[in-house]
Amino acid sequence: MEVSLRHLKRPEESALDVSRRLQKRPRWGEGFIQAFLFFCGAVSILTTIGIVYELGKEALLFFQMPGVTLLEFFTKTEWQPTVGRFGVLPLVSATLVTTVIAMMVAVPFGLGAAIYLSEYASEKARKVLKPALEVLAGIPTVVYGYFALTTVTPFLRIFFGDAINIYNMLSAGLTMGIMIIPLVASVSEDALHSVPNALREGAYAMGATRLETSLQVVVPAALSGIIAGFILGFSRAIGETMIVAIAAGAGPNFTFNPLKAAETMTGYIARISGGDVAYDTPDYNSIFAIGLLLFGISLVLNIISRRISARLREVYE
Amino acid sequence: MSEQNLSNHFAIETRNLNLFYGNFRAVKDVNLQIVPRKITAIIGPSGCGKSTVLRSFNRMNDFVPGFHMEGEILFHGKNLYAPDVDPVQVRQYIGMVFQKPNPFPKSIYENVAWGARINGYKGNMDELVEGALRAAALWDEVKDNLKKSGLSLSGGQQQRLCIARALAVKPEIILMDEPCSALDPIATLKIEDLMRELSENYTIIIVTHNMQQAARASDYTAFFTMDEDRAGVMVEYGETSQIFTNPRDKRTEDYITGRFG
Repeated sequence: MEVSLRHLKRPEESALDVSRRLQKRPRWGEGFIQAFLFFCGAVSILTTIGIVYELGKEALLFFQMPGVTLLEFFTKTEWQPTVGRFGVLPLVSATLVTTVIAMMVAVPFGLGAAIYLSEYASEKARKVLKPALEVLAGIPTVVYGYFALTTVTPFLRIFFGDAINIYNMLSAGLTMGIMIIPLVASVSEDALHSVPNALREGAYAMGATRLETSLQVVVPAALSGIIAGFILGFSRAIGETMIVAIAAGAGPNFTFNPLKAAETMTGYIARISGGDVAYDTPDYNSIFAIGLLLFGISLVLNIISRRISARLREVYE
Repeated sequence: MSEQNLSNHFAIETRNLNLFYGNFRAVKDVNLQIVPRKITAIIGPSGCGKSTVLRSFNRMNDFVPGFHMEGEILFHGKNLYAPDVDPVQVRQYIGMVFQKPNPFPKSIYENVAWGARINGYKGNMDELVEGALRAAALWDEVKDNLKKSGLSLSGGQQQRLCIARALAVKPEIILMDEPCSALDPIATLKIEDLMRELSENYTIIIVTHNMQQAARASDYTAFFTMDEDRAGVMVEYGETSQIFTNPRDKRTEDYITGRFG
């Protein structure tokens, strides 16, 4: 023992040596890495700025066109840019209807799956089910689109008969909901899983059942994270394009009846940008205005989501 | 310990209790008789199975994968591990306070009321909450802030809130798993005073690392240690004064005099 201690002893140094050793020295590698990491972060920010700039520039062109006013854009219920009708509400209503239907599927099933995975499933079941759920998230949305059109719609026809259009918002919304389940489930499950076990033990020790513990202690404690998951799912649904483009309909229609065909904001953008519409026509320019509106809605939802997530950290500990 | 010191009815009695985690035997052949409305301390070095024993009394180990037991834990003559016993019901009779205060992220009022409500309490909830908070010596400090989060309290207050929460379920026995290890000395003394008051009406079993605490605050002390195959065994059990002044076993003496553990 004494031998090794002698080896560990710092050799005697003069005051001059010490002060020389303490001298600040340049670390070029450190600076380079810092710059590189900053660049990585900057890329996504610059891209976002670029997109906003481009959307804004083109949307401005749209709003400068003769006959287009902001008031009409936000209040009128007819969208036919070719013939000078610029009310965006039919597209917004279709987006709203499909999104709400999707959330009505994704919230209960996603949260249910999350509670099952976090609170009920054995370690073995978790190991199988979580990846299985994530596979659902890996299916391309175009596949979901045709699933909606060729499976869900015929299925719905059994119940609604001819009252339901071939293209309809219900089918698209339901399918979108199924698509979002893994997202909601995964985020909610993370939130539930991060609730300290001590809280569960505290509840069980008071004679609570598993259900009472899950629903009345763990879920409330994880609520902020769960709501953040809902909002993430919500913005995913609003932005979803392929499913609604295929299954919801290809013509603006101001209706809140989910059995009818109607085109969403994203569906409209996809149809116009995929078609052969000439540059600088109202149709072409309008997709940027709608894109900007979508961006705005998503941005607001994300800010809300972040606020709520930030509050999560204060809930316990 | 002389037999006549013990009443005929024990609050809890273990018979040849063996506790396992998978193949590992964590606790070996414990025969322990807990005296009602007294404070029993379980002391011993880390890893001697004292917490495992405590948590087996209200079946909290059921949540540990691979846990199983042999022997009996008798409560009112009923084996708590009999196949027809519902662990949820067990925990309504035998409450628990944990090492780290773990109030729910709810209001102070709700922290206390919740357990009573889920157990079907139909009486006046305000009275029950006030009574439980008074019994836990917390009422005067929180009566004007019942709507505030339980987490806004200090550590010592949180632990007393957890005791109030346990009392609101009206248990017979309160298990305490190192309830003061996260608290400062003043908060610790408050909890110890509270334990003394509560022992008039409740049976308290406390696991502690702190030998002064066991000596100060308990009526009976059980000393556990590990045997050669690392299983926890109960070395000696008796009145606290006897264990600390006149231990019968050399291992107990070594431990309480600080020569081991």
